[in-house]
Amino acid sequence: MNIDEQSIKHVAKLAKLSFKENEVRQFTEKMGSIIEMVEELNELDTTDVPGTYHGITIDSVMRDDVAQQGTDRELLFKNVKTAKDGMIEVPEMLDNGGEGA
Amino acid sequence: MNLFDYTLEELHRMLVNKEITAETLMEKTFLRIEETEEQIGAFLTLTKDKALEKARAIDKQGIDPTNVLSGIPIGIKDNIITEGVRTTAASKMLEDFIPVYNATVMEKVEAAGMIPVGKMNMDEFAMGGSTENSAFQITRNPWNLNKVPGGSSGGSAATVAAGQVPVSLGSDTGGSIREPAAFTGLVGMKPTYGRVSRYGLIAFGSSFDQIGPFTKTVKDNALVLNAISGQDKKDSTSYAEENVDFTEMLEKGVKGMRIGVPKEYMVEEGTEEGVLKAVKEAIDTFKKMGAIVEEVSLPHSKYGIPAYYIIASSEASSNLQRFDGVRYGFRTENARTLEELYVNTRSEGFGMEVKRRIMLGTFSLSAGFYDAHFKKAAQARTLIRRDFDKVFQEYDLILGPTTTTTAFDIGGKIEDPLAMYLSDILTVPVNLAGVPSISIPCGFSNELPVGMQLIGKHFDEKTIYQAAYAFEQATDFHKKQPTFEGGVK
Amino acid sequence: MNFETVIGLEVHVELKTESKMFSPSPAHFGAEPNTNTNVIDWGYPGVLPVVNKRAIEFGMGAALALNCEITQETKFDRKNYFYPDNPKAYQISQFDRPLGTSGFIEIEVEGQLKNIRVERVHLEEDAGKNMHGETGFSYVDLNRQGTPLIEIVSEADMRSPEEAYAYLETVKQIIQYTGVSDVKMEEGSMRCDANISIRPIGQEEFGTKTELKNLNSFNNVRKGIAYEMQRQEKILLAGGEIQQETRRYDDTTGQTVLMRVKEGSSDYRYFPEPDIPPLSISDEWVEKVRTSIPEMPKERQIRYSQEFGIPVYDAEVLTATKEFSDFFEETVEKGADPKQASNWLMGEVSGYLNSEHVELHDTNLTPTNLADMILLIEDGTISSKIAKKVFRELIINGGNAKELIHEKGWVQLSDPAKLLPIISTILDNNPQSIEDFKNGRDRAIGFLVGQVMKQTHGQANPGVVNKLLNQELIKR
Repeated sequence: MNIDEQSIKHVAKLAKLSFKENEVRQFTEKMGSIIEMVEELNELDTTDVPGTYHGITIDSVMRDDVAQQGTDRELLFKNVKTAKDGMIEVPEMLDNGGEGA
Repeated sequence: MNLFDYTLEELHRMLVNKEITAETLMEKTFLRIEETEEQIGAFLTLTKDKALEKARAIDKQGIDPTNVLSGIPIGIKDNIITEGVRTTAASKMLEDFIPVYNATVMEKVEAAGMIPVGKMNMDEFAMGGSTENSAFQITRNPWNLNKVPGGSSGGSAATVAAGQVPVSLGSDTGGSIREPAAFTGLVGMKPTYGRVSRYGLIAFGSSFDQIGPFTKTVKDNALVLNAISGQDKKDSTSYAEENVDFTEMLEKGVKGMRIGVPKEYMVEEGTEEGVLKAVKEAIDTFKKMGAIVEEVSLPHSKYGIPAYYIIASSEASSNLQRFDGVRYGFRTENARTLEELYVNTRSEGFGMEVKRRIMLGTFSLSAGFYDAHFKKAAQARTLIRRDFDKVFQEYDLILGPTTTTTAFDIGGKIEDPLAMYLSDILTVPVNLAGVPSISIPCGFSNELPVGMQLIGKHFDEKTIYQAAYAFEQATDFHKKQPTFEGGVK
Repeated sequence: MNFETVIGLEVHVELKTESKMFSPSPAHFGAEPNTNTNVIDWGYPGVLPVVNKRAIEFGMGAALALNCEITQETKFDRKNYFYPDNPKAYQISQFDRPLGTSGFIEIEVEGQLKNIRVERVHLEEDAGKNMHGETGFSYVDLNRQGTPLIEIVSEADMRSPEEAYAYLETVKQIIQYTGVSDVKMEEGSMRCDANISIRPIGQEEFGTKTELKNLNSFNNVRKGIAYEMQRQEKILLAGGEIQQETRRYDDTTGQTVLMRVKEGSSDYRYFPEPDIPPLSISDEWVEKVRTSIPEMPKERQIRYSQEFGIPVYDAEVLTATKEFSDFFEETVEKGADPKQASNWLMGEVSGYLNSEHVELHDTNLTPTNLADMILLIEDGTISSKIAKKVFRELIINGGNAKELIHEKGWVQLSDPAKLLPIISTILDNNPQSIEDFKNGRDRAIGFLVGQVMKQTHGQANPGVVNKLLNQELIKR
């Protein structure tokens, strides 16, 4: 398939990235050839082939439900750029409320 | 002191016999680094004070004569989390990031008495095959300073090849240990997925990533893997097998061992002549030693690159979402809204190659493309894995070149991402299948080292080391040292 | 035109584990911001999730109690979206192999029974909290990040706000019986989003739905849905079209407010979580969890009426919460007459709990001391009047009923040898009453009993007093 600048902009939006106009053009071109390459897979017959999504075929090892003290808050906040009253400060989102659960 | 002159066992003997103290060993290590680092550029961070302090503590304690790794200096790839020591993954995004915890391998390195000397340069977030994608510096190949050391673990390879440190840790997602090992004439092991804990390895392609050692010799390599492997309760994908001794079978030789050579890995077109020649000679060496070497087929090999780039980039696009400027790392100065905080932080903090992979991955997972890209790639992965399973029903090992060429020129491929991707053609199938693979030196082409890959069954690193050791004993490629030719100096 | 409302509910329930879903930090409420968090909750580079076994077990318990089938080959997936309370920018959830599928529950509205199907029950991690400030900033507390959640998704089987309300109440009751969650909407351990659409009666096809969020109480669910029904109806009747959008219920105005329009739905880019291998749940494990699920309220109600002869309504009240129902059963086990136990629990005990706004476990009443007290009434040791005093003492301060009445001297006076002198004195002092009695005026007895009770501070056994008075009066 041919990827156009419009789709590149849409994907960039999902990925929270932005590109300058001239970058978008260059990027679209390079992405186009990469996507062409990956689409070589289309010639492969994968009927009834299950996907492999993990690096290892073992069952998950689970953890017993034992609580451990969290990481020292002071330490965690050393890497935080802006904070207030033990909370991380970020610019407010205009849209009220998260997208998730 | 050029550490290239000694194996770990030799260094250990000198330490035990008090011919040298851990402190002097460390001082000499830093002396060598200071002499050569300007040419090589392997380190992003040096932890000299900490290292010397640890060396003195070990001297005070006395070298444990049963622990060959005690007091040995080690270089750590900068995508491995080190508590209290800047960890950047060679990205502007983490330029000032000081982690508040340790990777499990760092705990193990510590427990083994090894002493980290610093953090090694790499391609940003391990994305690349030349270490030119580092946000901070390039690293040069000690064999020819105009050449790349390979990547993404280029710093980890160059430092050992330059005799700065005797051993280093790298990570391999699609060849990032084996390709630089091949380019710098080293032994580099990509263990079975699940062999070494990934806890504290900054994730790139979560279902591929493995940490492994760079060393000069096969035995050194096995000794280091002994120390860093094992099940980790913090990593659900780690394998339950404890206290494996990877040196156990070293002396057993290869007589009667069945080795398959995939015809897809030995194609004249696109492979450097000298590389193919060296590998063919290696095959003869194995035959002479009594191994049965036969041609086999891994028919889906050509789909390795597309399958790998889709899956690894998809996983990476998700893994790298956490770099949002909120809790740690780089944050843009230009943000009035949350959306601007996200977009500007990420656009300013990530380099071009990283953005490219994020874009490819996001695209492959996005509505309307998931089935044709991500799912299709996951199915191709199954077929590639089955190829290996089938060959391994009859053969103990698979042998082939690690790369199609020797080290290429700095600046040679960086403008052409597709060419860079295609150079991973011989390494990515291994990661797709999750099997272990080592690259060992097997000759020279145009005065640059050639690497040979030995691929084993899942969790059968022992057989790989056994064959690699036999080959090393029969040849002396590993004894040759680089002379730092060409380049700026 | 007449419309029919179609409602589906998504209910999130926080599981009551000690530690989080994928990290070992404490999963407890009420701590200082960001103190119950670790590097995993913060989404530090390099960290990995490890599944909490109890969360799986609790999730299974809930799914089985909702009559779901367990997906024994289950797995986790990543749901990708950026938000400050979602540190990894993906939430580990379950996409195409949810832990439970194809369940149902029975609800009752105005005496009508109806089955509501449960499409799926899946496990996921909760997000942190994003507090909105007034200065253009928000503040992130990650204490809640990673708390195990189950999401219970119903089929669009409900047709009225009342059915939605009844469904929620039933889900709450069932989950609460399994003990896997506190299911308190006011504390956020139970949350509800509603999908609402309307269609002309008789039409097969569903109308365009809106999603309603911020429904933070059962009543708001009912009110929000009712408002949304009317809003949609007005639009359709005016010839308009319903937009697919997310709306928020504002409980100060009783209206729903637009949050965002869904543009071709959000693209969450779900894919299998590579850090967690698939999970195989053995038959043995499923059976073990199944047998550990306590008897559900419906079964208990039937048993109470069959075994104890307790009326249906009473049985429903007794089983409203598992705590109450367990308390009742234990009181009976300790020897109390079931009907008496039921009367006390529904009467005095409920009255006390309501007036004090507390729950059973906040009081000092135990099945043992309640049963002892009921036995003391039965054998005449205390009067029911005294019993009320004993009860207050027990529920406030606790203790042993028998010891208490002796200590306080509340034992009922039934001994004729002690009562007779008192009766004689009273008769001596009230000749008029004797006269009245002889003239056939029964009221005189009542007056005299009252006098005895007054003299004995209410401790005399009224039955015995009556008997003795009659004997003595005849003698005079």
